[in-house]
Amino acid sequence: MVKQYETVFIMTPVLSDEQMKEAVSKFQDYLKKKGAEIVYEDHWGLRKLAYPIQKKSTGFFHLVEFKADTQLLKEFELELKRDERVIRFLTVSLDKYALAYNEKKRKEKEAAKEKEQQES
Amino acid sequence: MANQQNSEIRYLAPIAVDVKKKKYCRFKKAGIKYIDYKDPNFLLKFVNEQGKILPRRITGTSLKYQRKVAKAIKRARHLSLMPYVADLLK
Repeated sequence: MVKQYETVFIMTPVLSDEQMKEAVSKFQDYLKKKGAEIVYEDHWGLRKLAYPIQKKSTGFFHLVEFKADTQLLKEFELELKRDERVIRFLTVSLDKYALAYNEKKRKEKEAAKEKEQQES
Repeated sequence: MANQQNSEIRYLAPIAVDVKKKKYCRFKKAGIKYIDYKDPNFLLKFVNEQGKILPRRITGTSLKYQRKVAKAIKRARHLSLMPYVADLLK
């Protein structure tokens, strides 16, 4: 069954920019290769954590929204678990309200961007 | 009844009777259907200074949305967007 999911994962702050991008693209490629469709992505960048995880007080946050088969999800989570660079992750399946909310938020973001461009 | 008749005490100023403000569920009122766990600033309204989830009797949230609030807060905690324990959060 194909469902839409949303995964947020936190990577260690010790990575350099390129290493971090490489790690992100690794997961993107993994999803694409396994036949998942990436709907949306958002990189939050370096953020402070509310409490230390593995003695680290900051981390790179990355969000992926994708459509995937239920079976694939387990494998994807295992992949995240195996990767040492990822210190924490959370996958949430999206219901219809969540989908509407995300859609709305994305549109707002786009509108804000357009406005900025017009002003500049 | 006898008590009421005998009460001859007069007050100078009318006794302040607290008019209880009716609590309402903000999600029902605003028509919010989904509570985002990625927005810790909003979820901060539903926890106390120690980061504990406030009960329904204080926030007035309806049961349906209290469950969703609780879930969102727990998710935010897992992602370290909100603390599990804290003091002086606000």
